[in-house]
Amino acid sequence: MLEAFNFRVILEYMPLYLQCFLATLWLSALSLIGAILVGIIACAMRLSQSKAISRTAGVYIESIRSTPLLVQLYFFYFGLPSLGVMLPEWVTGVFALTLNSGAYYAEIIRAGIQGIAFGQIEAGIASGLNYFQRMRYIILPQALGMTIRPMLGQAIVLVKDSSLLSLISIMELTRAGQLLTSDRFMPTEGFLTTAAFYLILYYLLKTFSSWSEKRLIFMEAH
Amino acid sequence: MWSFYFNELMRSLPFFLKGLWMTVAVAGLSLIAATIIGFILGIVRASKNKILRSIIGAWVDLIRGTPFLVQVFIVFFILPSAGIELEAFPAAVIALSNMGASFICEIVASGILAVPQGQREAATASGLSSFQQLRFIVLPQAMRSIIPPLVGQYVLIIKDSSVVSAIGVVDVTRVGWLTVQRIPEGLMVFGLVGILYFAICYPLINLSNYMERRMTVTATRL
Repeated sequence: MLEAFNFRVILEYMPLYLQCFLATLWLSALSLIGAILVGIIACAMRLSQSKAISRTAGVYIESIRSTPLLVQLYFFYFGLPSLGVMLPEWVTGVFALTLNSGAYYAEIIRAGIQGIAFGQIEAGIASGLNYFQRMRYIILPQALGMTIRPMLGQAIVLVKDSSLLSLISIMELTRAGQLLTSDRFMPTEGFLTTAAFYLILYYLLKTFSSWSEKRLIFMEAH
Repeated sequence: MWSFYFNELMRSLPFFLKGLWMTVAVAGLSLIAATIIGFILGIVRASKNKILRSIIGAWVDLIRGTPFLVQVFIVFFILPSAGIELEAFPAAVIALSNMGASFICEIVASGILAVPQGQREAATASGLSSFQQLRFIVLPQAMRSIIPPLVGQYVLIIKDSSVVSAIGVVDVTRVGWLTVQRIPEGLMVFGLVGILYFAICYPLINLSNYMERRMTVTATRL
């Protein structure tokens, strides 16, 4: 299989791949920002005193976590037009990815906040720190240290999940592999190149994850 | 119009149940295979053999670093060019078990490594062979930290099985996709698909959470 590996075709398609690589980066980055925002809001709602607000966030989080992303993607892709909402495919894709990862981020942030002992906050109050000082010096540094790894883990999942957008014909890395398969009938070259590009992103995020962990522990020790 | 489509949808319910059966078959077979392979790989990964350990580690990284959709395409389109012709169904099961096994391998390995070294030393001192150590000392203790994430991994495998609809396995997601061409009410059709997945995954997620709480309680009691 590999003796017939055609590097010339890969070179020929390289501009397309780079363009699709940027598209994957761009779609993932947009969804990541959206997902963290949605996650913060959903987490705040989940921890709310009001039962109704907390339940609403709970229903959102549980229903996202119990159904596949692909079904959610099709739900919006086929469902929004029947409500009369016409969006470009990539907007629908980013919307579905944002809502999906948002639910996971809500859980990650909640675990981070609940992981801080209440005595820490009380000690802050007793030391005369105001709300922002407590946030800045006590809660956020600890919550960040505890959540940075699962957060980057979820970012890796999000980048990989963005491959499903190819199924609603958005141009991104996986779609480039599909094009090489359908145009030239070269699935080996097409999908292995696609996989290689995803691996670059994976190793970058993984390295960043272990670097940030060491760095945060270092900061804490001081 | 809505009630007309609703009645149409109710009439194609048997089709959905057939799709659900296919989802259960793909996910179930992969679950079993992934658990067996994952445990074997995990035990080797936690052993002292450096070469085997790093080979498995590299493979796990390759699987974790690429999207499942790309893996499905690689198995389905590339293995035939190596002379292995596969139908969609076995290709789906192979891809899903491989993905599941490499995640379960990491869960099992970290569970085994969490068992204190002294337990093994005591077992060696008692004259147990390394198989007996594993069977009677290490694995029973490791299971406590393996089982909750293992159930969580099962949920992921069931959800990821929706992706194999892309190569034409007629699972419940594919049935939804086929139905929505006929009944253009995306929210209704994929709402139903989502409910079917929810019915399987939600109890499993709760089971995983319940076991996690229970098993940490026993751990603190000891």
